Amino acid sequence: MHMADALVSPAVGGVMWAVSAGAVAYSSARLRKDTDERRVPLMGVMGAFLFAAQMINFSIPGTGSSGHLGGGLLLAILLGPHAALLAITGVLIVQALFFADGGLLALGCNIFNMGVIPAFLVYPLVYKKLAGQRPAGTRLSFAVIVSAVLTLQLGPFAVVLETLFSGLSALPFTTFLLLMQPVHLAIGLVEGVVTAAIVSFVYLARPELMHAGLQPALPVAYPLRNLVVGFLCAAILTGGVVSLVASKDPDGLEWAITRVAGTAELKAPDNRLHAWLAGLQETVSFLPDYAFKHPAVVEQQAPASRAAETAGTSLAGIVGVMITLLLLMLGGALLKRVRATA
Amino acid sequence: MLGFRQLDQLAARGTRIHRLDARAKVLVVLVFIVTVVSFGRYELSAMVPFFLFPVAVVVLADLPAGFIARKVALVIPFAAAIGIFNPLFDREIQLYLGSFAVSGGWLSCASIVLRATLTVTAAVILVAVTGFTAVCEALERLGMPHPLAVQLLFMHRYLFVLADAAARASRARELRAFGTRGMGMGPFASMAGHLLLKSWERAERIHMAMLARGFQGTFHLQRGSGFGLPELSFLVSWTALFMILRFTNIPLSIGHAVTVFFNAGRLVP
Repeated sequence: MHMADALVSPAVGGVMWAVSAGAVAYSSARLRKDTDERRVPLMGVMGAFLFAAQMINFSIPGTGSSGHLGGGLLLAILLGPHAALLAITGVLIVQALFFADGGLLALGCNIFNMGVIPAFLVYPLVYKKLAGQRPAGTRLSFAVIVSAVLTLQLGPFAVVLETLFSGLSALPFTTFLLLMQPVHLAIGLVEGVVTAAIVSFVYLARPELMHAGLQPALPVAYPLRNLVVGFLCAAILTGGVVSLVASKDPDGLEWAITRVAGTAELKAPDNRLHAWLAGLQETVSFLPDYAFKHPAVVEQQAPASRAAETAGTSLAGIVGVMITLLLLMLGGALLKRVRATA
Repeated sequence: MLGFRQLDQLAARGTRIHRLDARAKVLVVLVFIVTVVSFGRYELSAMVPFFLFPVAVVVLADLPAGFIARKVALVIPFAAAIGIFNPLFDREIQLYLGSFAVSGGWLSCASIVLRATLTVTAAVILVAVTGFTAVCEALERLGMPHPLAVQLLFMHRYLFVLADAAARASRARELRAFGTRGMGMGPFASMAGHLLLKSWERAERIHMAMLARGFQGTFHLQRGSGFGLPELSFLVSWTALFMILRFTNIPLSIGHAVTVFFNAGRLVP
C-alpha cells in the first residue's frame, strides 16, 4: 500500500506533506506535554518491534499464501493515537530511506494513509466507540477486526484518490477502486484477526499495559478535537487537491475530470474560494512557475505541441537520449579512473 | 536486512561528499526528487540527464554501483505494477518510430518507471553518503519535531536487536513446524505477542538505565559540522543544474543537432 514518488505529482505530494506534517506536529506537541515520559523510548522500541514482527510470516488458511502484520492500528491501540502516529511515521521514514519502500515526496501520502487514518480517524471514531471503556473478550476482538477492516478500506481509497489526482497513472477511477478495495478487504480481515489475537494476548498477559494507551495523557475531551482535526484534514485535502488539479496542465485535468465526472468540461469553481486557494497556492507552492502557468496559454499550446511530436522530433529525442546516456557513462568511468590514479 | 546494515556502513566512509553537512545533502535530494517528479506524464527524454546526479555522487563518494543498482532494482517492480495498466487505458498514438506506433500509455508507463528509478536511487544514495543518524539530525535541524527525531534514533538503534530476535524466533518455529503445522495465525499471534511484551519490558529497562545516567529527553549528538561554504556551493550548484535540466531538453537538442547534421550531409551531394 506504499505509494511511490513516481506516481505522485508535486501538487498532491506537497498537499499531503502539509496535512501529515500538521498531524505530526500536533502529536508531537501533545506528547511534549505528556507527563508519562516512558513513552518516547517505548515508541522507538515499538516501531522497531513492528519491523521485527513484519519479518515473521504466517500462512493464511485456505489460500496457501503468507502474510505479515501491517500494524498501524495495533500501535494506536497500545500507545494511543499521538504516540502511534509518531511511531508509524518513524517506520515509514526508515522504509522510505532504507528499503526505498515508498518515497520522500510520497511520504506525506503514506503517513496520511497508514498513520493518520488509523490513529486519528478509525481509532477514536470507531474503535473506542465499539470497544468501550474496559475492553475485553469478544467485544475487544470484534472492535479490533472492524477497525482493521475499516482502516484497510480507507487507506487504499486514499491511495486511489491520491493517484487519481496526481494524474500519472491512466487507470480509470472505478477500475482502480475495484482492484484495490476487494484485495484490501481480505488483507484487512487477516490483519484484524491477527491484531485482535495480539491485543487479546497482551491484555491477558499484562492488562495494565493496555491502559497506557487507553487513558488520555491529559484530561481533555479529545474525541471532539480529533473530529475537528479530521474534518480539517479532509477539507484541506479535498479543497487543496481539487484546486491544485484545476491549475495543472489540461491533460491531467481533463483526464481526471472525465474519469470522475464523465464530462470533459469542468464547471467554473466557486470563484471566491478558488481565488483564495489560488492566492494561497501562489504563496506556498514550491515551483510557482511550474504549477502556475496561465491555463489559457497552456491550453493553446498543448494540442499544438502534442501534434508537433512528429517522427522527426521523436527520432531526435531517441538519438539525444542515447548520446546523453553514453556521455554519462563515459564521464562516470573517466572520473572513476581519475580518482583511482589520484 | 543485510542491505540495511551495509547502507549504514557505507555512510561511515570519509570522502568529501560524506563530510558535507547532512542538511545540504537532504535538501539537494529533495530538490532533485521534486524536480524529477514535476515533469509531465509523457516526458521521457528530458529526464535522462538527471542520472548525472546519482552517477556523480556514486563516483565521487566511491559507492559500490552494483550494490546500489541491485537495491534500486528490487523496488522498481512495485512502481511498474501500477504503470503497466497505462497502456491498457491510454491507447492514443503519441509518436511513430518509423512504422511502429507508440501509444501514450506506453510512454507514460516508461515515464513512471524512469522517474521511479531516479527518485529511488536518490533516496538510497542519500542514506549511503549520509547515514541514518545524520539524516535524522538534519531533518530535526530543518524543523522536524523533536519527539519524532528522538523516536527515530531509538528505533534505528533497536531495529537490529529486535530484528535478530524475530529472525531467531522465526527460524526456531520453522525448524519445529515440519511443513505447515504451526505456521498459522495462532502461533504467529502468540509469538508476536511475546516479542511485543519482551520489547516493551526492554524499553522500560532501557529508559530506567538512561534516566540513571542523566538522560533528560534529548540526545547529545556530535555536531562537528556546520553549514559552510562547501555546503552552500553544493546546494546552489546542484539546484541550479537541476533547474537548467528541468527547463531545457538537452537530449532533444543534441538529437536535433545530430540528425540535422546527418540529413545535411546527405542533402549536399
